Amino acid sequence: MQNMLTLISNVFRLGNASKNVGAQAVSELLIGLSKYVDLTAPPAPATPRQPPLPPGTRMVVSARSFADFTPQASFPIKKCDLHRLEEGPSDEALLTREQGLQYYRTMQTVRRMELKADQLYKQKIIRGFCHLYDGQEACAMGIEAGINPTDHLITAYRAHGYTFTRGVAVREILAELTGRRGGVAKGKGGSMHMYAKNFYGGNGIVGAQVPLGAGVALACQYQGNNQVCVTLYGDGAANQGQIFESFNMAALWKLPCIFICENNKFGMGTSVERSSASTDYYKRGDYIPGLKVDGMDVLCVREAIRFAADYCRAGKGPIVMELETYRYHGHSMSDPGVSYRTREEIQEVRTKNDPISMLKERMLSNNMSSVEELKEIDLEIRKVIEDAAQYAISDPEPSLDELCNHIYARDPPMEVRGTNPWVKLKSVS
Amino acid sequence: ECRLGGSAKRSYSITSCASVFQVNVRDALNQAMDEELERDERVFLLGEEVAQYDGAYKVSRGLWKKYGDKRIIDTPITEMGFAGIAVGAAFAGLRPICEFMTWNFSMQAIDQVINSAAKTYYMSAGFQTVPIVFRGPNGSSAGVAAQHSQCFAAWYGHCPGLKVVSPWNSEDARGLLKAAIRDDNPVVFLENEMMYGVPFELSEEMMHKDFVIPIGKAKVERQGTHITLVSHSRCVGFCLDAAAVLAKEGVECEVVNLRTIRPLDVDTIEASVMKTGNLVTVEGGWPQYGVGAEICARIMEGPAFNYLDAPAVRVTGVDIPMPYAKILEDHSVPQIKDIIFSVKKVLNM
Repeated sequence: MQNMLTLISNVFRLGNASKNVGAQAVSELLIGLSKYVDLTAPPAPATPRQPPLPPGTRMVVSARSFADFTPQASFPIKKCDLHRLEEGPSDEALLTREQGLQYYRTMQTVRRMELKADQLYKQKIIRGFCHLYDGQEACAMGIEAGINPTDHLITAYRAHGYTFTRGVAVREILAELTGRRGGVAKGKGGSMHMYAKNFYGGNGIVGAQVPLGAGVALACQYQGNNQVCVTLYGDGAANQGQIFESFNMAALWKLPCIFICENNKFGMGTSVERSSASTDYYKRGDYIPGLKVDGMDVLCVREAIRFAADYCRAGKGPIVMELETYRYHGHSMSDPGVSYRTREEIQEVRTKNDPISMLKERMLSNNMSSVEELKEIDLEIRKVIEDAAQYAISDPEPSLDELCNHIYARDPPMEVRGTNPWVKLKSVS
Repeated sequence: ECRLGGSAKRSYSITSCASVFQVNVRDALNQAMDEELERDERVFLLGEEVAQYDGAYKVSRGLWKKYGDKRIIDTPITEMGFAGIAVGAAFAGLRPICEFMTWNFSMQAIDQVINSAAKTYYMSAGFQTVPIVFRGPNGSSAGVAAQHSQCFAAWYGHCPGLKVVSPWNSEDARGLLKAAIRDDNPVVFLENEMMYGVPFELSEEMMHKDFVIPIGKAKVERQGTHITLVSHSRCVGFCLDAAAVLAKEGVECEVVNLRTIRPLDVDTIEASVMKTGNLVTVEGGWPQYGVGAEICARIMEGPAFNYLDAPAVRVTGVDIPMPYAKILEDHSVPQIKDIIFSVKKVLNM
């Protein structure tokens, strides 16, 4: 791994010096890397094969076409620590080019969306609570990659990433943050209360989402639909009593619930060492088997969640996962995030462990994409985010007629008391 | 012709050969749940001792035997956890009935009732419904002391997004519980343990499996002309008893049974007050910020104020934690004599 990274960084340093990573440098890189990584691929019908080159031919990569890209590659991934499990997820992950591009696109979109939200918040266009997810993208993407759209997911308040991976458009997320009628909750929910099909928010009360998730899992079991519920919480929430109550019932009743602790090392300003007598969050389920997963590696997360989902679908009951991850921002926009950790620590994660960079390096070093192609994707994403931000800024606020709607479902219209006895407001379902 | 209505149970008796049935409140609740479980397979019951024990107060007797583990679920003593699980199940398409052994224990789970259940339809702008019923005995019992005797009508009645229902008799219990289970909103269903064993007459119509009472509508239990008594739950019975005594002295009380705490049927109360000109509210809960306080405020703010011949007053539980000793407990809750006394004071008798 170290050698591979050296090779890659050499190329990039060269690239930085000349502002143009030459095709020759890339081809030499590929040859160098072929020592470490299996660049051959099983037959992929969609990709036309190149005729074999005579031995000794130097690979000259001049005009790059997509047909030149490696269709898929296998990557070694970090082995998971196991609790009460004989075996865990595979220590190797197969990534196709399509998947790689999709994961890259998704993670980069979440990253850019969160940074845009940061910007809008500082401009006071977003207000109230705003808990940003940048740094943790591999968790949301890895999970979504490993489950089905028909599975269920619930999380806490750091929810924008999941709102996106569960299918809500960036513009609807940003417009919800700016409190406009085009927001996914029509501006009535805000940052912590966004919902979508099979996505139950966005929950503001720390830990409350965990019994809710176990309940969704109970519904899956009750309805016999072979679906699972992914129930997320943070290291800060991990000591909540209601989580242990949920563990108990989920284990007793063998609910198909995947409990996932996103451990980003800090519950607001309190480090895990200061909050938890045991920081082995994947073991805190006690009688429930657990996995500790590298949450910065999207492939690691994906393999782990596939393993966990298979486990639950087999009727074996719940499972606990701990994703080791990191948030670049503070707890929320009112927290600079440097009073309880050093800037050096944050910078170190950015340079050495960034989930998007890791994926990018993997793909480039295996000829699964090119710098140009990824740059193009970045530009597309930038446009999506800019358009979404424009929408979020220009969309009108909800009409005052909306104020009292959605108190009750499927009920005839009713009157709601206003701020004084003469104000009689109307509420429709 | 004489017949047993509903499912064959030993617990109620056939009376006359007119189609009228003596059903106590417990059995009314039991039959309502049984019929709704049968009607809709998404309905299920969970709570402590609801299954194999037949219910701590035997309200769910026979249901586990009939419907089994899947639909009648015994939970561990973890209110916050199982209330949250019930709400989550409602999110995902089921229609849970979540029993609190008494509403006192709901305080352990109150966050799930308010923040997860009540507010979600609004926060999601109508995307996520929460068709759940929370039910259990509420208010004072007999000799169970302070931590087991609180009335939660005002607490839950305070919160938008919830429906809060407080039945008095068997007709109320049956019709309102069926309505609550069929309602797509979170309903807080406040029963009363002292009423469970009390029998009432139910007509054939009331025994029909689709008999529902609309939530949000009060009932005038007794017509009157001199004063309006507004009450809910067990105190409705006390009001009727007080009215019978007062009738002998020529005072005709109109007794309004709220049936629903939220949404409050202000129209029925106002119409009654505009007719009688006097109002006394009667409740078992504490006075400060209570149900009676809300009713009086609404009357002040509405058209009925101009019809009042005297200030509206409240009869409530004493503003103390419930004591244990019988003599103290008896003096902590409104009695019939307190209602009679207050009526006479208001009427300046």
